[in-house]
Amino acid sequence: MSGVRVLVGTRKGAFVLTSDGTRKQWDVSGPHFAGWEMYHLAGSPVDPNRLYASQSSGWFGQLIQRSDDGGTTWEPVGNQFTYDGVPGTHQWYDGTPHPWEFARVWHLEPSLTDPDTVYAGVEDAALFRSVDGGQSWQELSGLRGHDTGSSWQPGAGGMCLHTILQHPSDPGRMFVAISAAGTFRTDDTGKTWRPVNHGLQSDGIPDPNAEVGHCVHNLAMHPARPDVLFMQKHWDVMRSDDAGESWHEVSGDLPTDFGFPIDVHAHEPDTIYVVPIKSDSEHFPPEGKLRVYRSRTGGNEWEALTKGLPQRDCYVNVLRDAMSVDSLDPCGVYFGTTGGQVYASSDAGDSWAPIVRDLPSVLSVEVQALP
Amino acid sequence: MIRVRLPTHLRALAHIDGEVKIQVEGQPTQRVVLDALEARYPMLRGTIRDHVTHERRAFVRFFACEEDMSHEPPDAPLPEAVATGAEPYLIVGAMAGG
Repeated sequence: MSGVRVLVGTRKGAFVLTSDGTRKQWDVSGPHFAGWEMYHLAGSPVDPNRLYASQSSGWFGQLIQRSDDGGTTWEPVGNQFTYDGVPGTHQWYDGTPHPWEFARVWHLEPSLTDPDTVYAGVEDAALFRSVDGGQSWQELSGLRGHDTGSSWQPGAGGMCLHTILQHPSDPGRMFVAISAAGTFRTDDTGKTWRPVNHGLQSDGIPDPNAEVGHCVHNLAMHPARPDVLFMQKHWDVMRSDDAGESWHEVSGDLPTDFGFPIDVHAHEPDTIYVVPIKSDSEHFPPEGKLRVYRSRTGGNEWEALTKGLPQRDCYVNVLRDAMSVDSLDPCGVYFGTTGGQVYASSDAGDSWAPIVRDLPSVLSVEVQALP
Repeated sequence: MIRVRLPTHLRALAHIDGEVKIQVEGQPTQRVVLDALEARYPMLRGTIRDHVTHERRAFVRFFACEEDMSHEPPDAPLPEAVATGAEPYLIVGAMAGG
């Protein structure tokens, strides 16, 4: 590998951070799309220079940008996200019916095999797919049309489909996660879906063991072991060993099990990372100490990673799409904060250093290993 | 010739410097002007009005000759001063928060 490219989405533009394999010196490019909310940028696994970016604003709506040269130049592609058929209603916060309304694209997930195919997770929760490089988008409406769809409710950030995981060898299988509906799985390339939330418990909903209604914040999978899923739920860090059929808690000795992102080490399927946050009303690290927690046992036993991270007076948040790992050896880990810092570790989390300190609030971080 | 003035973000999106000058056939209306604008700059589709319904986006306003045209029927004639190019047609991002 010759280097890495870190794609950073912020509330006021996008930034592209590049480095060689040592990951010590960084070039910073941006802001791209200055002034716009950049919820997510992602690169194609089969063509690293093919990037997709979600650009939006409350004034001018949603745009999708595409780059074919690794983020040097961009062109706007299709931005029409129309729900299939009559959208109907889901539940509003107070339980009343609320029409399905497109707000924005939260997450873009390029195909594992085709650079022109990309999935988009949107608010209000739905999954779209483009097979022409983002020029046009079609809803995979079997998800939203699931029997439970009319009972889905938004989380505090909106009713967003924020996580899309593709099975590495079975093209028919995908997982998505929706706040606050839960996790869903398809085994037929997105035609039909079913909730896979057995074992999740969510206090505060009428039936804590309900099939849907769980505020899943993020999912992670290691491609070498695709039946094992890790989840950061609103509260609780969870694990499934059977492709989501059942879940068990692995929060173990974390100082708090609330948080947003979760990720897996690129070469160690049982090494996972979370950033504990104090609570759902206090969106900052406990004790003002920014700590990534790492488990090398697939959960339950956690160690605080603090070297190079602020250990006093730190009250930032790390959002669900703002952590990523690279595939170099040793594995690099990256995360961005609502305070505008992007931290990098080139030794699997043992030590950290900021790449940048003063960006706008960071919404997403993705990293690409460059050939 | 109609002169159209766009907000900064949309000028940047469409790589436009200054005003856009649009020739239209017949009686200029807001619909005719916006159709022509989007035909020349397809990346603006969906940013000013809805793709399907063509309803104005909630935080976008239209002004001409110091009058708010936002709630005028889209097929109503534009003022003579706009139709002749003496005054610009303004597309404005509404003042709303930070």
